[in-house]
Amino acid sequence: MSEPKKERINIHEYLAEFDDIPGTRVFTAQRARKGYWLNQFAMSLMKEENRIRFKADNAAYLEEWQLTDAAKKAVLARDYNAMIDEGGNVYFLSKLFSADGQSFQTAAGSMTGMSPDEYAQMMIAGGRSPEGMQSLKANLAAAGADGSKKDS
Amino acid sequence: MARVTTGITSSHIPALGAAIQTGTSGNDYWGPVFDGYKAIKEWIHQPGNMPDVIVLVYNDHATAFDMNVIPTFAIGCAEKFEPADEGWGPRPVPDVIGHPDLAWHIAQSLILDDFDMCIFNDMKVDHGCTVPLSMILGEPSEWPCKVIPFPVNVVTYPPPSGRRCYNLGDSIKAAVESFPEDLNVHVWGTGGMSHQLQGPRAGLINKEFDLDFIDRLINDPENLSHMPHIQYLREAGSEGIELVMWLIMRGALGEKVKDLYRFYHIPASNTALGAMILQPEETAGEPLDPRSVMSGHSLAQAAE
Repeated sequence: MSEPKKERINIHEYLAEFDDIPGTRVFTAQRARKGYWLNQFAMSLMKEENRIRFKADNAAYLEEWQLTDAAKKAVLARDYNAMIDEGGNVYFLSKLFSADGQSFQTAAGSMTGMSPDEYAQMMIAGGRSPEGMQSLKANLAAAGADGSKKDS
Repeated sequence: MARVTTGITSSHIPALGAAIQTGTSGNDYWGPVFDGYKAIKEWIHQPGNMPDVIVLVYNDHATAFDMNVIPTFAIGCAEKFEPADEGWGPRPVPDVIGHPDLAWHIAQSLILDDFDMCIFNDMKVDHGCTVPLSMILGEPSEWPCKVIPFPVNVVTYPPPSGRRCYNLGDSIKAAVESFPEDLNVHVWGTGGMSHQLQGPRAGLINKEFDLDFIDRLINDPENLSHMPHIQYLREAGSEGIELVMWLIMRGALGEKVKDLYRFYHIPASNTALGAMILQPEETAGEPLDPRSVMSGHSLAQAAE
């Protein structure tokens, strides 16, 4: 090859960095594979006839999909963190909370452990500060530095 | 010859559509957002400013594309695109009318320019495409211009790099300029700014990052385009990655641009919102007055 090779991204390093972000699950291929049917189930709620059947009997409707027990349980409990652990993606899951008549803000807020009011207030007050929320490693290093100061 | 006269950035959050639909766009919460957009709406309706065609860059939010098909860059080449039912019924807005001649021309040109596009015909458009239209064009019974939907995958990792997006914009510019018809073309980059919709970190907003991003998008896009994904994720939240789409818009405007208008607001539901009008420096019009508006928590005072 006469042309210089382009700089390539190391895929392993690229993916590993995602695990360093606090309180965040990046929708990687691994999660996409795990959540395939959960996400496809959620997509099905874009059709009115499916919403009607789902609302009539959540559990029976879920039996029509190849979901893990954990995924079924998470959907029935409307536990969005648990759904994301099962490979769900929020844009797919939005079909579920929209069918429930819930807003993006209520659904997102439900994953933070805050009440809807507390979450809404936090947003009005300027949102969650990025301070200390960017890197688990950096937080650990900072905590270590603090700890050693206290020790000395 | 057709030319890209203008780049616009806009939020596309569904709550804005809901505010229009429920008649709450003038209340205390949404009023400042719609006030900030009013200047853009008035500007675009002035003589000479309404585009013939908008190339509207957005991300499909698991609507037209599910886990079955995940195109990185797609272009809608059909005559028209209906608003999708995203779980609460379709948004009550007009069908989006395409421009198949220009869309196919851009698709062919991009492929010849090494961007291997996915070409779509039967495709419904979600809030990512229709909310910016409502915010900027209002509520007409028919949209006043043609729209070429240009969905980009920013949902399933990896999305395209900022660099790739910036270069794609440059190729869109070249494609438009080789279309023989005399058309005023806009490229809109939508989504953003900082936001995270999932997990315990949901609600993240990073004003410093956003304002710096706006500055660099205008003045230093070349270096900005090298920002790696991890930095968007750490600084701007997991959904802040949508900002790579703004680089497509910026790439389509050439080296130097003039900012006619910048609007930044916190919060719009879960997000920080940025809306701008940019034009290539050599053909730029007059800036709006005021040229920069910031509103929402801690910003209204800062701007005064």
